[in-house]
Amino acid sequence: MSGIRVILWKEMVDYFGSKRFLILFIIICLTGISVAYLASQNLGSFAHIPGEFLLLGFFISSAGSLPSFTFFVSFFGPLIGLILGFDAISGERSRGTISMVLSQPVFRDSLINGKFLAGLATIAVMFVSIFLIILGLGIWTLGFSPNLEEISRIGVYYLASVVYVGFWLSLGILFSILFRRTSSSALTSIMMWIFFTFFIYMIANVVADQIAPVAAVTTPEVVAKNEAIRRMILRISPAALFDQIATAVLNPSVRAFGFINPAQISGLLPTPLSLGQSLMIVWPEFVGLVALMLICFAVSYVVFMRQEIRSL
Amino acid sequence: MEWVVEANQLKKVYNGVKAVDGMDLRIKEGEIFGFLGPNGAGKTTTILMLLGLTEPTSGEVKVFGYNSTKNPLEVKRITGYLPENIGFYEDLTARENLIYITKLNGIPPSESAARVEEVLSVVGLSEVADKEAGKFSRGMLQRLGMAATLVKQPKLVILDEPTLGIDPEGVEQILNLIRKMKEEKNITILLSSHFLHQVQRICDRIGIVSQGKIVIEGSVDEVGEKIMGEGGTQIQVQVSQLTPGLLDSIKEIEGVRDIDVSGNFLNIRCDRDLRLEVSRAIVEKGCFPLLFKTQDYTLEEIYVRYFRER
Ligand SMILES: Nc1ncnc2c1ncn2[C@@H]1O[C@H](COP(=O)(O)OP(=O)(O)OP(=O)(O)O)[C@@H](O)[C@H]1O
Ligand SMILES: [Mg+2]
Repeated sequence: MSGIRVILWKEMVDYFGSKRFLILFIIICLTGISVAYLASQNLGSFAHIPGEFLLLGFFISSAGSLPSFTFFVSFFGPLIGLILGFDAISGERSRGTISMVLSQPVFRDSLINGKFLAGLATIAVMFVSIFLIILGLGIWTLGFSPNLEEISRIGVYYLASVVYVGFWLSLGILFSILFRRTSSSALTSIMMWIFFTFFIYMIANVVADQIAPVAAVTTPEVVAKNEAIRRMILRISPAALFDQIATAVLNPSVRAFGFINPAQISGLLPTPLSLGQSLMIVWPEFVGLVALMLICFAVSYVVFMRQEIRSL
Repeated sequence: MEWVVEANQLKKVYNGVKAVDGMDLRIKEGEIFGFLGPNGAGKTTTILMLLGLTEPTSGEVKVFGYNSTKNPLEVKRITGYLPENIGFYEDLTARENLIYITKLNGIPPSESAARVEEVLSVVGLSEVADKEAGKFSRGMLQRLGMAATLVKQPKLVILDEPTLGIDPEGVEQILNLIRKMKEEKNITILLSSHFLHQVQRICDRIGIVSQGKIVIEGSVDEVGEKIMGEGGTQIQVQVSQLTPGLLDSIKEIEGVRDIDVSGNFLNIRCDRDLRLEVSRAIVEKGCFPLLFKTQDYTLEEIYVRYFRER
C-alpha cells in the first residue's frame, strides 16, 4: 500500500498535464467528431440496422471512404496505449528519477502499479470523452433519446475498448522495463503493433490455406476447417479478439462467427439478440482480452520486482 | 556495540563477473566513512545492496539492524541516498520535488512545508526553490540531491560520488555541508569518491576498495602507514653544494636506504625520520642545507601507489 496513492496521483497529474496527452486528446476528439458527423451525413448506410439500434450505427457504419469508429479503435487504440506506456520505467531510469523514488520508503511495486493505474485512468477518461461526443452528436442527429439496450451495449463496448487499450498500455510498460533504452522500447512497441494488427491476419490466412486449401469446389467441411484454423491463430491477437467483441456487441443480429452452414440457420428468424445472448457469443474473447492484459502486467511486475535499480 | 552498517561477506555476481566479492564493512554511529576505489571496484554495487535496490548473490547486509534485502522499507525510512547520477522531475520545481519526497515518506503535509524550507536553506537553494529542476545546473542538482537526502531526517546518509562534476567552490560547499550533517545532526555518513584529497579532509575512516572488497581500512593516517610502512619515509634536502664524500657519508648513516640526486637536490629514502643525522652529516662535509622537507604522503599518493603495485 505504501506510497501507491501518492505515486498514482502524481502520475495522473503528469499524464493529464503532458503534451503527449493533449495531442492524443485533440486527435481523438477530432476523430470522434468527424466519425459522428460523417455517419450522420450518411444515414442511408444504416439501412441494415434494426430500428431500435440506430444509435449503434454511429459506431459501426463506415461512411464513404472513411473506416468506421470500431476500426479506428482497434487499429489506432494500440498506439494510444503504447504511447502512454513505452517510457514508463525506462524514462524514469534515463532521467535518474527511479533511484530517487525507490530510495524512499515505498514498495517497489507501487511505482509500476501507480503507473499502470494512472495510464488506465487516462485511457478511461479519453474514451469517455470520445464516446460522449459520438453519443451526443448521434442523439442530436437522430432526434430521439437512446434506449437502455443501446446504452448498455455501448457501455460494454466502452469497457472492452478500455481493456483492449489497457493491454497495449501494459505491453508498453513491459517493454519499458525490459529495455534500458527508451528508443528500443519504442521500436519494439511499434513492431508489436504492426505484427498484431496487420501481419497476423496475413499469417493466419497463409497457414489456414496451407492446411486446408479452399479450391473452387470444396466441401463445406474444408471451408469450415479453414475458417477454424484462421480463427484459432487470430485468437492470440488482441486486435482480432477485440474486433469480434465489437462486432458481436454492436451488431445485435450477429449470431455466430466463422463459417456458418446454411443448414444451421435455415428456419431461424433474424430477430436481434439480447445483450446477454450477444455476450454469450464473445464471452471467451472477452475473458481472453482481460487475461492478456493481466498476464502482460503480471510479467512486467515479476521482472520489475527482481530488477536492479541503478540510474544510468 | 551495534553497527550502523554491517556487511558480511557480501557478494554480487553479474553473469559470471564478480562485481562485489566478499565485502566486509562496518560503520560506527556518527562517523564519516569514505569508500575509495578506482572505477568498477564495486562501490556503487555495494551501496545498492545496502539499500535493497539490488539483491546480493550471497552474504547479508544490515543497516541499523534491519536486513536490507528482506526489509528494505525500514532501511529506506531512515537512510538518505544520493545516487551517482541524481535526477529530479524536470517539470517540477525544486520545492515541488522535495514535497513529493516528503509525501513518499508519509510526512504529514502540515510538517512537510517547514522541513522543505529548512533543507532548502541548509543547501543554499532557497532563492531558486521555485525554479524547475530541469533548468538546474549540475551543481545545483547535486545540492538539491543533498536536500532530498536530508528532508526525511535520516540517521544514515549514503552519498555516491557527491562531488563529481562540481567546480571547486561547489565542492567546498558540499564538503562543508557533509561535515555539518555529521556535527550538527549526528548523522552517520557513507561517502564514495575518487577525489582523495577531499575525502582525506572530511572522513574519519576510509576503506580502499579493490576488485569488490575492502583491501585496507582505517583512519587516513593508519591507511597511509599500512601502505607506505614498508616504504619508510622520504626526506628532500637542497644543499648549498655537492661536496665530495657527502653522498657516501649520508649513505653510511644507519637507516638510510638510498639517495637520488638531481642537481643539488637529494631525495633520501630511509626507515624513519633522520633529519637530524642527515643535517649533521651535511654540516660535517662543509656545506649547509638550504631546504629541508619530509614528504607528507597524501592519500592521493597512497592510493596511486597502492594500485600501481597491484
Ligand atoms: N548491471 C550490470 N551488469 C553487469 N555488470 C555490471 C552491472 N553493474 C555493474 N557491473 C560491473 O560491476 C563492477 C562494479 O561496478 P560498480 O558500479 O559497483 O563500480 P564503482 O566502484 O561504483 O565504479 P565507479 O567508480 O565507476 O562508479 C564493474 O566492473 C561493472 O562493470
Ligand atoms: Mg559508482
